[in-house]
Amino acid sequence: MVICRNINKTYGEVVALRDINLHVRKGELFGLIGPDGAGKTSLFRILVTLILPDSGQARVNGLDVTTSLKEIRRSVGYMPGRFSLYQDLSVEENLKFFATVFNTSVEANYELIRDIYVQIEPFRKRRAGKLSGGMKQKLALCCALIHSPEILFLDEPTTGVDPVSRVEFWDMLDRLRQRGITIMVSTPYMDEASRCNRIALMRDGRALSVDTPENIRASFSRPLYALRSAGMYALLNDLRGYEGAHSCYAFGDAHHLTLGSEADGAEAELRSWLDRKGYADAQLSRIEPCIEDCFMELARQ
Amino acid sequence: MNNVIETNQLTKRFGSFTAVNSISFSVGRGEIFGFLGANGAGKTTAMRMLCGLSVPTSGTARVAGFNVYNEQEKIKKSIGYMSQKFSLYADLRVWENIRLFGGIYGIHGKRLTEKTDELLDILDLRGERNTMVASLPLGWKQKLAFSVAIIHEPAIVFLDEPTGGVDPATRRQFWELIYQASARGITAFVTTHYMDEAEYCNRVSVMVDGKIEALDAPLALRQKYGAANMNEVFHGLARKAQRSDE
Amino acid sequence: MRQLQSFIIKEFYHILRDSRTLMILLIMPIVQIMLFGYAITTDIKSTPTAVLDHSFNTETARMIEQLQASEYFELYGEVRSIDDVHLLFRQGKIRMAVIVSPTQEVQLLADATNPNEATSLVQYATAIINSSGMQPLAGVNVQLLYNPQLKGAYNFVPGIMGLLLILICAMMTSVGIVREKETGTMEVLLVSPMNPFYIVLAKATPYLLISLVNIATILLLSRYLLGVPMMGSVALVVGLALLYALVALCLGLLISTMVATQQAAMLISGIVLMLPVIMLSGMIFPIENMPWLLRVIAHIVPAKWFITAVKDVMIKGLTAAEIWHELSILTAMVLGLAAFSVKRFKIRL
Repeated sequence: MVICRNINKTYGEVVALRDINLHVRKGELFGLIGPDGAGKTSLFRILVTLILPDSGQARVNGLDVTTSLKEIRRSVGYMPGRFSLYQDLSVEENLKFFATVFNTSVEANYELIRDIYVQIEPFRKRRAGKLSGGMKQKLALCCALIHSPEILFLDEPTTGVDPVSRVEFWDMLDRLRQRGITIMVSTPYMDEASRCNRIALMRDGRALSVDTPENIRASFSRPLYALRSAGMYALLNDLRGYEGAHSCYAFGDAHHLTLGSEADGAEAELRSWLDRKGYADAQLSRIEPCIEDCFMELARQ
Repeated sequence: MNNVIETNQLTKRFGSFTAVNSISFSVGRGEIFGFLGANGAGKTTAMRMLCGLSVPTSGTARVAGFNVYNEQEKIKKSIGYMSQKFSLYADLRVWENIRLFGGIYGIHGKRLTEKTDELLDILDLRGERNTMVASLPLGWKQKLAFSVAIIHEPAIVFLDEPTGGVDPATRRQFWELIYQASARGITAFVTTHYMDEAEYCNRVSVMVDGKIEALDAPLALRQKYGAANMNEVFHGLARKAQRSDE
Repeated sequence: MRQLQSFIIKEFYHILRDSRTLMILLIMPIVQIMLFGYAITTDIKSTPTAVLDHSFNTETARMIEQLQASEYFELYGEVRSIDDVHLLFRQGKIRMAVIVSPTQEVQLLADATNPNEATSLVQYATAIINSSGMQPLAGVNVQLLYNPQLKGAYNFVPGIMGLLLILICAMMTSVGIVREKETGTMEVLLVSPMNPFYIVLAKATPYLLISLVNIATILLLSRYLLGVPMMGSVALVVGLALLYALVALCLGLLISTMVATQQAAMLISGIVLMLPVIMLSGMIFPIENMPWLLRVIAHIVPAKWFITAVKDVMIKGLTAAEIWHELSILTAMVLGLAAFSVKRFKIRL
């Protein structure tokens, strides 16, 4: 459905995208995962024909983004980073307006948005500007879906939304995918990667890795340990000085430590070092990496 | 005085709507206090009252020893504030921003020069002294904004989603700055949507429908609710919310 | 067509729900008419005037009576010598003097520290003296055409129309379009099958309508409150105003393609568009008295052509055929600006 080949884009001296190569298959939920400034928005804007790439080719639904502007615009749904709603129009008016803009009616595609719309229907007379983040997000999604697009581009739909609403939102995307809609979504929250079929980890305009979340985690090559102890902050500083350490980051209630070598004695050596340093209580366990571990490891390279 | 924030049945109503419903808690000196809650739970309103921007409907609260009803000006002098949305002027240079905010908080002359140098050293931004803030990477901006927010060594710094959208490595560096400030005795009052960050706090409160539903150290909360991490604790509590919106 | 219709409805919602701006837009013409009509009048009233009459006969007495009777002059009392006259001028007690020689030749002296006022005073006095049955002033035979009372209102009513239409059509249209860019809704609209031309058309329609209301308000107030005559056809004046409103809309559109924020749009339409209307359109300062560079610039100010044409129609009663020059220039401006800004209007970001 989406193919990008060697996409480059610069704004003056700032490089927004460097040699992006990826493809999104039909019916897939594809995630662009990366912090602000990674180039996610620029890539979306190229794909929905709002900006032109400096070089490289991109096709959406088999159509070239530089030449088939009208055809692409007709078949995609797009939700920009800020929830692009008319703040002074009511929920209902926003939805109706976007329906007519896309030459359709709310009734014609109600089936598709029903699940989502019923949640905001009690507030249909309320102005969009008076809705909370979670509700605006739902309304914006309804508006992007109203013309039953074949492919949906959602730019950071969960940013600034609380964790509970975020989970609900991903559940909605799951149901849309089951209906056969191809979805491309971006997010700065690494933990949301697991909700996607495939992801591209992005940083500073580069795609660090494009694969399924499982494969990306499996390709993490170093031994990874979670450490817990009483004095967490002191432990973190000490671990940084440990010779065998490759990297060490705070990870919620534990520190994640990667070792420089996979050698058999490495773990035992770490244990005895901890004892010597006075962390006799330290709990050490070998763990599987999460996407955030992978991202930081890839970013180091 | 060991508690820098003390509230007792603090309440804020807007018409018939009770945004903050009788919350009582205290935060100690140098503590890192996580202030969690879903959108619309009342976090922002509570924080505004503590910063002296909004007068409570009832209840009492003292911030840095000052009464939120009539000593707002004194409160403002003893707190720092940083949010994700606004913190620095993008069209001013790095040192101009430092000078501006230093000046706002009454640091002038030689002390300001020293402070500026010290701050740029700690952040490793010496080479970026004359850079426009707009062209700094987001992570650097946020770290700079934090350091500027505590340039006057306030009793408390309020951080409103300080790490939204920041890349994972920088996010962690940001938290180290919070730890360092806390070691110097500055209390950090933090809201965040990253649940792993809740674990970095000494204590965490979770607001649901305007009330504080849970308040304890992250470990104690996990044990109490039989949860593997703060994410589960939060979801368990926030799901109970009745009011869907503000 | 349904797209356009619903877009226009949406624009009306925006305007109606921002009631403060709407009130300003509707009340502004009334306030401006009142201000120019009463408060900031450029008309001359009760100018202290000395008369030095060496002839002293019935004819000069009648003339002095008529000067006294006019609202423009207030006789200062008797003066005996030319030295007295000069003294009074220096003391600022009079701004005008009428001196009649023993041979009944009349000389007018006016304080020209305010040259515009002095010119008007001389013209008024000349008119009164000539009509008083005295011998016409030697060498001067001034006849004031079309605006014999030299009413300022005749001048500023077209000026206010020129000002308001620019303000509403150009400023509001550009701000309206730029707002969609700022809030990000423009992104969604561009990525829809909607014809970008509709966006522009829909933005312009409500403001064109408000302009019509304003034109009607101004014309009614000026006719019935200020007593400005309507010698020519009302339809032609309204037509002219619509044509000029189109020029303003195109300017607004052009601005919206150049700026990224609402403030910038407002500043540009405020300073770049409104100042020339006030300064260079002939509304306040006569173009003929300007240095040549400003005169050249004045020629590209649409308001200049509009104001000239409206005056011609309202006050002189000229017909469409007689103002074809202004009509064709304004039409050319519409076409040129529209083509240019449509070309500049980006279908991408």
